[in-house]
This record gives sequence, structure tokens and C-alpha cells, in this order.
Amino acid sequence: MGRKILLDTIHIPGIKTFDVYSDNGGYSAVEKALKKMTPSEVTEEVKKSGLRGRGGAGFPTGMKWSFLDSHSAQPRYLVCNADESEPGTFKDRYLIDHIPHLLIEGLIVSSYALGTSNTYIYVRGEFKQQIGILNKTIREAYEHGFLGKNILGTPFSLDIVVHAGAGAYICGEETALLESLEGKRGNPRLKPPFPAVKGLYDCPTVVNNVETLASVVPIINIGGDEYAKIGIGRSTGTKLISACGHINNPGVYEIEMGLPVQEFIYSEEYCGGIKDGKQLKALIPGGSSVPILPATLVTYTKSETPRLISYESLSEGGFESGSMLGSGGFIVYSEDDCIVRNTWNFERFYHHESCGQCSPCREGTGWLEKVLYRIEHGFGKSKDIDLLDTIAKKIEGNTICPLGDAAAWPVNSAIRHFRHEFEFHIEHPDLVKNKNHGTFDLVHSA
Amino acid sequence: MSTTFTNFTTFKTLNLNILQNFMAGENKIKYKIFSQVGNEIKFPPNVLEKVNKIIARYPKGKEKSALLPVLHIAQEELGGYLSVDIQDYIARLMNIQPIEVYEVATFYSQYYLDKVGKFVIEVCQTGPCAICGGEDITDYLQEKLHIKNGETTPDGIFTLRQVECLGACGYAPVMQVNTEFYELLTKEKIDRIIEELKARSDEEKPNDSKWVEKFF
Repeated sequence: MGRKILLDTIHIPGIKTFDVYSDNGGYSAVEKALKKMTPSEVTEEVKKSGLRGRGGAGFPTGMKWSFLDSHSAQPRYLVCNADESEPGTFKDRYLIDHIPHLLIEGLIVSSYALGTSNTYIYVRGEFKQQIGILNKTIREAYEHGFLGKNILGTPFSLDIVVHAGAGAYICGEETALLESLEGKRGNPRLKPPFPAVKGLYDCPTVVNNVETLASVVPIINIGGDEYAKIGIGRSTGTKLISACGHINNPGVYEIEMGLPVQEFIYSEEYCGGIKDGKQLKALIPGGSSVPILPATLVTYTKSETPRLISYESLSEGGFESGSMLGSGGFIVYSEDDCIVRNTWNFERFYHHESCGQCSPCREGTGWLEKVLYRIEHGFGKSKDIDLLDTIAKKIEGNTICPLGDAAAWPVNSAIRHFRHEFEFHIEHPDLVKNKNHGTFDLVHSA
Repeated sequence: MSTTFTNFTTFKTLNLNILQNFMAGENKIKYKIFSQVGNEIKFPPNVLEKVNKIIARYPKGKEKSALLPVLHIAQEELGGYLSVDIQDYIARLMNIQPIEVYEVATFYSQYYLDKVGKFVIEVCQTGPCAICGGEDITDYLQEKLHIKNGETTPDGIFTLRQVECLGACGYAPVMQVNTEFYELLTKEKIDRIIEELKARSDEEKPNDSKWVEKFF
């Protein structure tokens, strides 16, 4: 289960530079694609690979590419989404920090497949260092003839522009990202029309995550069929998992899809167990927006099969007893963490980050934050728990973009699995006001 | 008697406000020295050249796309924050309506609309950082710098801001000072960082951020 295809060369000193990267097999996918394959053959390989979007939604990449309006006379665009801002997720930053040429190589191959000659990388504004790294990397690629006019002597030309955001979570949503790239507020657009038909500057556009585009490189190198053999079922290939919270070894790990969650959290090779020998209380497996799982549902699903890191296994049981792989941001909670406080924290985040277009989200996230604040600080009322549930359900599905859902799910799931913690807060205001959130032996209780 | 007392307090507060405004104004002038000719807001020629290059990266007729990067540069080159005058200048420069700049400048959290210190300390307060001690870090910084969240020290060196997820959750708690990330923070580490920054506070430029260089 230790196969690495994205980060296999990351330990080599100087892999950030063009020379070392190309000496270690780098840019072979560009050579292969541009010289030996047609653009539709590249797309075909990606389809065969079963690669699914690594940004969170898990939509098949090859299919997304095939939606691109090929009859349009307008220019087409590929936009790389490097606006990584989902709490708990820091894999794209890691990839750019350590092996930036892999992303550029993936972008060149993908742009060739999609027939675009202008490609943008939208990087979140906080990643100023990464913007510097990407610009340096792109400069190197230009110097060596992998970008610019007539790449490797073929008719294919490509320019890549790094575009800086300025601090807005919502710009990770693809249509908000496009608005932001056009120099506007990051207000998501109504879909349809989808970006594949009307995207950047109203032209056909594909928006893909950093990791997705980087994964195109091994797919071309080893072939789509071979890539599809890695992983499990419809979750093919490897996935970067960023692990944080109360674990011994936080960091970014490349895992083969299908790795048991138990092994990932407890083995020395990965997270190394819970910090300070504490017990696991809960896990959020896909960034703050996905439902939280109590310890009892982390390592085994409700049907008592081992929980694996894959799109299917993590969502087994639906929202009743499952969650989602999302962006692969594992947030691990130990027995000392207060779920109410954490849920309040996330709702403050969503309230801050709501763009304000849709009333259910703009107002609802604010209400959720306020009600959670008063529960957390010892001013909760007995009806508040049901009130939270009602507000969350009224946001879900009633907004233009998924931020509303992302704000509602953590609340619904926290109440579903940790209702007694909310009740404790409401029943013991004096203890809560003195920062005693109650210690619960939840770890092995259903 | 009581009326007189109230009046006296109001007078004192007013006086303090005038003093603060005056000080802020003085600092503003200090900032303007290296970036502006006379009183007119303008990019120096070398910066303008780079700004024009950035605008040229986008397709013809879609130059507005450059607004976000250009605002970053304006913030760095024209005094650390985006006053209305600066926003108006950018609107003229990019040939767009002022409202198109205002709506963007107020939407994104990295554009500062008020004066900030030389070093803007942004402490992450979101989930993973919070459970790993991020809240204590903010408390400690408030105590150490004698300012609250959102305030600037009287000497104009530090501004403290609590921000949402900085995308470095595995190295929590984290904070960002201008362009620099500081990770796995402890109180001792904060002490060291603040000392280092204080020692660098005389440098002409606020930091080694250099957005203009970063873009090319």
C-alpha cells in the first residue's frame, strides 16, 4: 500500500530545479504527449485512468474535459485552482513547495489535450511564497523550451500566467474563481451554463485542482489502464492526504486509495497515532466542510467493514453514519477537544467567508455562528439544538454554490453524533463559562 | 456639575482623537516619501512599467483581470493600505469605474482599507489551529503587544489581526507576518520572532515581501 507516483522523487535534493527534475524523468510526459499522441488520445488516457477531481467534488476528470465545447470558435482556457483554502487541507501548497515542476508539466500536457494556449494558475493570496516559486518554475520552463511558442518544435504553443487571489475562501469554488480571475468580487455564478460552455471571459473553460493536474503526468507516463489498476474500485490512483490536529506526525502523505483509515491514523509510517497517548474522539476526513465522524465510525463503517480511504468507503452510510473524502484534509480530534467549540469555530469561518449573494447562506451562517456562540459560552437555551438543526437544513440546497451546504453539514453531523455535548453545554452553563467543556468517555460509546 | 464633568471627558477624548489623526497623518507622509512625487498618488516609473506588463498578460479587452494583482502592488508601494484616493488612482490607471475597484477592495480580506503597521501579524484562528493552541497564541500576542485584535501599536510597527485558515494546518498554530509564515508556534517562539521583527523595524521597506519582484 505504499506506492507513490506523485511524490516518488520528492526526497531528491534539488528536485525543485529544472535540471534535477528533468534528470529524474521529469517532462517525459510532455515529450510523450506532444510528440507521440494527439490531444484526444491524451484525453482518452485520462478517461481510462478513472482519475477523479482531487479538489473535493470527486468528479471524473476525463468526463469534465470532454464537456468542453469543442465547436466553439472562441478561445478555450484551462485554469488551475490553487486557491487551497479548505480548513484542514494543505496538500497543494506542499506539492508546489516541493515539486513545482510536476504541476507545470501536468499543466502543459492538460493544456495540449484541451487545445488551450492560455492557462492560468489561480493561487490564493496568502501563498505569496508559492507564487514566487511558481513564477520561478515557469521561467525555467520557458528557458528550456517547455513553454512559449512551438514547444519542442511542435505547433503547440502555451503561456502560463500565475494569478494572485487576495484572501477569500469562496474563490475556491470554480465559478467564483473565474469571477475573481476577471477582476471582480468572488461571487459564484448560477450553473448552468457550466464553465465548460461559458467560463472565463464567457469562453469554454476547464477548472481543475493542482493535484488533479499533477496526476495527469503519471497517467501519461504509465498509461491510463495502468493507473486505473492502482487504488480500489472507482477510486483509482493515489491521493495526497494532509493530516492535522492531534496526531503525532502531522503532514502530507501520498497514499494509495484503499488504505485503511486505521492504518493511516495509527501506523508510524503515517500519522503515528493520537498525540500524548490520548484517545481518538472524532475525525473530519475531507476538510472542514464534510460531516464529522465519531471515533466509533472512523475505523469501521456501520456495516462493520473496515473504513478505507476512498471516495466510496468514506461516504458509506450516507450522512447518517458516513462522511466524504472531500479534499483529503484529515482533521483528527482527541478526547480533550470540545466539539461544540469546534463547530462554533467553523461556523464563524463560514459566516466570514460567505460572499453574501444568497440570503439563506449570508444570514443563516450568521445565525448559526451566534447560536453556537451562546451555547459554547454558557448562554444556550434548551431549544437551541433543534434551532441549529432547522437553520442548517434551511441553508442546505438553497444557495447558488456549495458553501451553504458546506456550512450546514458540520452542524448537522456534530448534532447527530455529539448531541450530548451540546446538551451538557446547555445544562451546565456555570461549568462552561469556566471553560470546563465536560469530559466525555465517548470513545467507545455508540 | 455632572454636565461639566461629561463635557470635560468629551473634550479630552476629542483632543486625543485629533492627536491620533495628526500622528497617523504624519506617518502617512513618511510613507509617501519613497513612493510618490509631490502630493499626487502615482506609481514610480519602474513600478508602473511592471504594472503595465502585468496588465498586458491578460487578453485584449480583459485588462480588468489584472485588478487583484495590481491592488496588491498598490498596497505595497503606496503606503501599506488602500485609501480611497489610491483606489481612485487605480481606477483611472486601469480605465475602469471607481466602484469596480471599491467593490473588490472591500471584498477580499488581504486588502487593508485602514492604515496598518509595518508588520501585519495575522494569526490563524480556524479549527485545526484553534485546537492546537492558536487561541492562546492570539491571547499572548495581545498581552505582549498591548493591543487588541485589529489594532496597531502606537509606534506603528505591529498590527495584530486574527484571520481565517492560512492553509498550513499541519504546522499549527501558524501566523503570517507580511509574506512570511511562522509555524508550530509557542510562546517562546513568539518572543524570538517579535524581537527579530523589532530589530528590523528600521528597514526602509516593511519586509522582504517585494510583490513587484514576485510577479516576474
